[in-house]
Amino acid sequence: MTLKHSKVLSARFDKENSQALAGYREDGGYETFLSVIKQKQPDEVIDIVKRSGLHGRGGAGFSTGTKWSFVPKQTDKPIYLCVNGDESEPGTFKDRQVLEFDPHQLLEGVGITCFAVRAKVCYVYLRVEFAKGIRAVQHAIDEAYAAGLFGQDIDGSGFSLDVHLHTGAGAYICGEETSLLNSIEGARPYPRNKPPFPAVEGLWGCPTVINNVETIANVPHILKHGAEWHAGLGHPEDPGSRLWCVSGHVAKPGWFELETGYPLQELIDGPCGGIRGGKQLKAIIPGGSSSKVLLPDEVRKVTMDTPGIRALGSSLGSAGIIVLDEDTDMVDACLNLMKFYAHESCGQCTPCREGTPWIVKILQRFMDGEGKASDLDLLLDLAENIEGRTVCALADGAMWPLTSIVIKFRHEFEAKIAANQPVGVA
Amino acid sequence: MFPDEVVQRCETIRGHYPTPKAAMVPVLQVVQGHKGWLDPESQVWVADFLGVTPMEVHEVVTFYPMLYATPMGKHVIHVCRTLSCDFCGAKELWAHLTGKLGVQRNGTTADGRFTLRAAECLASCGTAPAMLLDGERHEDLDLAKVDELLGAVS
Repeated sequence: MTLKHSKVLSARFDKENSQALAGYREDGGYETFLSVIKQKQPDEVIDIVKRSGLHGRGGAGFSTGTKWSFVPKQTDKPIYLCVNGDESEPGTFKDRQVLEFDPHQLLEGVGITCFAVRAKVCYVYLRVEFAKGIRAVQHAIDEAYAAGLFGQDIDGSGFSLDVHLHTGAGAYICGEETSLLNSIEGARPYPRNKPPFPAVEGLWGCPTVINNVETIANVPHILKHGAEWHAGLGHPEDPGSRLWCVSGHVAKPGWFELETGYPLQELIDGPCGGIRGGKQLKAIIPGGSSSKVLLPDEVRKVTMDTPGIRALGSSLGSAGIIVLDEDTDMVDACLNLMKFYAHESCGQCTPCREGTPWIVKILQRFMDGEGKASDLDLLLDLAENIEGRTVCALADGAMWPLTSIVIKFRHEFEAKIAANQPVGVA
Repeated sequence: MFPDEVVQRCETIRGHYPTPKAAMVPVLQVVQGHKGWLDPESQVWVADFLGVTPMEVHEVVTFYPMLYATPMGKHVIHVCRTLSCDFCGAKELWAHLTGKLGVQRNGTTADGRFTLRAAECLASCGTAPAMLLDGERHEDLDLAKVDELLGAVS
């Protein structure tokens, strides 16, 4: 396995006016889409994406081609594609780079994906806080229609496609795929029970594929260069090129496109310039905030791929890496994240709706000098009664950072208890 | 109730979906953009426009933080409070803004010019701290930059 910096998704980001259709087509853009819809069968495209080893980049990491293959081949109902651009996972800022700097790359992926799953309509769901990305994508959609790349009978192929942009309104839960469906339908966006899975019953009860922005942006490259090319990038069991987001206490935070399999410590020390101010590393949250925290010893040996991170009991999630230095108060960090989940809990399931604010109250007690030893067990007990007992994975994602911080940094909680002033002592 | 241009935009959006109700959030955003907030009369108008009950509109309005069921100031500020921003300057930014504007979370200045709100992760973690001013993102902020931004919209 070779480890290298790669430029697949970000290859055009630095170009002047990289968002414009003219430049995208000069670079060969939409040639793959037009040749696919004229020369390939939908099932051939699904097979190529399956063999490429592409896994979803939104967080769950499911095989993209396999997800597509769940759409019924024989159905009287319309089939829909939804692009999930609700990017809200703390620590994650990769999709917005694609939206803002190369929206046609995404839209070419939309075209190919719709052809593969036999969808005639796509909704690109973007969080409303992405004003710049929304403008870029809407302009790109308008350009694609004007150039005859979307619409009826595209380039005489017989394939027709409509693409609409749909905006969210500031709720993290809408990044959960079934919540996103209810959000598009105009209902209160509570997640749905699965099964039925969206591929069978999604938007308006019709077969629907939901893919993350970065996932879809990979599709034109795979169809252009082939399944074997993609399968050969990075780690063989989890191949590809990803946009890694690094934030927190590093000298040079930002996004970096690297093949999977890259050593995490090298990413921090190299492209990120090490820990800010020459400090020592205390912990890393590796896959967006909904993943288990890693200690420096673990960071030193882990490579950034699903098998590597799973071996440490954590997950790669959305590839949002949050770096915390030696001065970080881990109780404070935990409280900050739990306030996030308490605020973003949709309120549908009791364990999550009641449990996450309760956890915030307990953590606040530690910060206020009123934490008790029994609170640590209470936190873990609560987590056990919340995880796995809700409709969607938001609560699970909240419990992973909580339990891993309480277990791995128990001494920081205990130090706060020890420092508490006994009541009545001056 | 609304100018033709606003109604036409809502009609275009409604045409994107097989059921009118799906246009709910984007139509509410158009109305909010025109009116500043979603007062009860506007919610009833949207219900009629989409052929749904006012309660169906209200339960959506009250769910989303970026739909305003109460009046806002002329300019709305959303400061990101989530982890990476919090540890990279958002605490100082928040203290500065509450002091400068003389309001707490969700407060509106006495002259009605600014409403100060906190936001969860704005996907600007690598360029922290970040905030939205009237929906536009500003990143890599320092206190001088924030003063300049607020001065420019006053």
